[in-house]
Amino acid sequence: MRSHPENRGLASAWTEHASDGETAHPRADKLVSRQLHRKAALVSERSSPVMLTVSALTRLHISVSFELNDGECIALQGPSGVGKTLLLRAIADLDPNAGAIKLDGALREAVPAPLWRKQVTYVAAEPGWWADTVQAHFTDWNDAIPLVARLGLPPNCGTWQIQRLSTGEKQRLGLARALMLQSRVLLLDEPTSALDATSTTIVESIIAERISSGTGVIWSTHDSSQAQRVGSRLFVMSSGGHIEEHQL
Amino acid sequence: MTYIQLSYGDLILPALLVVMDGALSLVLHLKLERQLAIATVRMVVQLVLVGYVLTFLFAVVSPIWTALAAFIMVIFASREIMVRQKRRLLGFWTYGLGAGCTLLAAGTVTMFSLLTQLHPEPWYHPRYALPLLGMILGNTMTGISLGLDVLTNGLVRERAAVEACLALGGTRYQALLPVLRDALRSGFMPTINGMAAIGLVSLPGMMTGQILAGVEPIDAVKYQLLIMFLIAGGTGLGTLAAVMGGGRLLTDHRHRLRLDRIAAETAA
Repeated sequence: MRSHPENRGLASAWTEHASDGETAHPRADKLVSRQLHRKAALVSERSSPVMLTVSALTRLHISVSFELNDGECIALQGPSGVGKTLLLRAIADLDPNAGAIKLDGALREAVPAPLWRKQVTYVAAEPGWWADTVQAHFTDWNDAIPLVARLGLPPNCGTWQIQRLSTGEKQRLGLARALMLQSRVLLLDEPTSALDATSTTIVESIIAERISSGTGVIWSTHDSSQAQRVGSRLFVMSSGGHIEEHQL
Repeated sequence: MTYIQLSYGDLILPALLVVMDGALSLVLHLKLERQLAIATVRMVVQLVLVGYVLTFLFAVVSPIWTALAAFIMVIFASREIMVRQKRRLLGFWTYGLGAGCTLLAAGTVTMFSLLTQLHPEPWYHPRYALPLLGMILGNTMTGISLGLDVLTNGLVRERAAVEACLALGGTRYQALLPVLRDALRSGFMPTINGMAAIGLVSLPGMMTGQILAGVEPIDAVKYQLLIMFLIAGGTGLGTLAAVMGGGRLLTDHRHRLRLDRIAAETAA
């Protein structure tokens, strides 16, 4: 990954694959979109549309049930090491876990895992990189430039080497990469932990726009004032692996 | 064909060279004399035993005894693969993956050469089958153990990158591809290097042996070429099967990276 220049070719091969990821499972995809349409029709008749339903999700010591509505942001707090990251990873199905999770009524297991993660996207606090340059990690770099510029990075940063990025640059680019998927649910794991105040404000306003256009967000943060700013509800995780809803 | 036969007595003088090594170790306090003695005794015992076993096998020419010998060779090869891993797979697959891929690759290629080029009578004659299998096995084993080692270490080291790709909706094959490629390259490298250096830097053992046994050099070369092509094929097949199989075992049907299926790091 670091040593072979050929991997640049590989990265572009990957992005090509990623862009037609939907054609990879045409049948399942059709099924999902049909379900989505049906559920959307159902949902529009209800007053409080529930988008993500998590029931009895169990992973190691964690055991939680909750619902996330359309255009809602749940702020997730709790001491370090309590399992906030484990919870977000389990919802994205990145680790083995038990329980029923539904998106717009469709069970997670009914769709292929890659498709699920394009809809319910986990964004790690320290994003990983599989190619040498920034733009190799984007399906379409030109489409991403406006967003990247808004996040305070120059439009020509596409050719930058990953190795030379600062932690904050990596965090913003990792977020931009995930935002390009236009997922239904964003699972943000400390998305501003390496950012200065200016960048944090920009990230918060970009996510707020997504929320107002209907995206559901679970936002893990150590900063109580950030939880107040971004959250419409507040969940606090205890060391027993349970979550409790607190007043904002 | 004529060759100069050796008696056991002829080996006493050359064996003194090993004694010289031992003396050197004692004088210079290298502390190698014990290891050297054990290795020498092992070598002598193992080779003499193999000589008698092969004599027996060549006398009976039985498909069952030949298959049994081949099976034992594969077991030792897969044990060697396992021992060379810094991180091992858990459970059955600790041995199973290496053994399965070695058997698949070396077995296929050996059968292929016996049935299409050499045509011994009968086709399973141990004089042809076992030396061929041995040479292919040795190289396939190296390819597989290197490939698996790079795969497991690469996945542990590049975990964040692999999981980033998965989190963005990549399939397990897309996410693993960079590491799979590294692993396959490492597995093929010794064979490629060996082919490039052969004849210039090293004279292969089998060719040397045939020449010593009185075979015309150019005939020995043809045999060696056959062996090298078989080795290249066997290593390719075995490494591919082991690395792809390993990649599959270290992910699951929900396209998750399953590093929990690797045992804790060993001191080797």
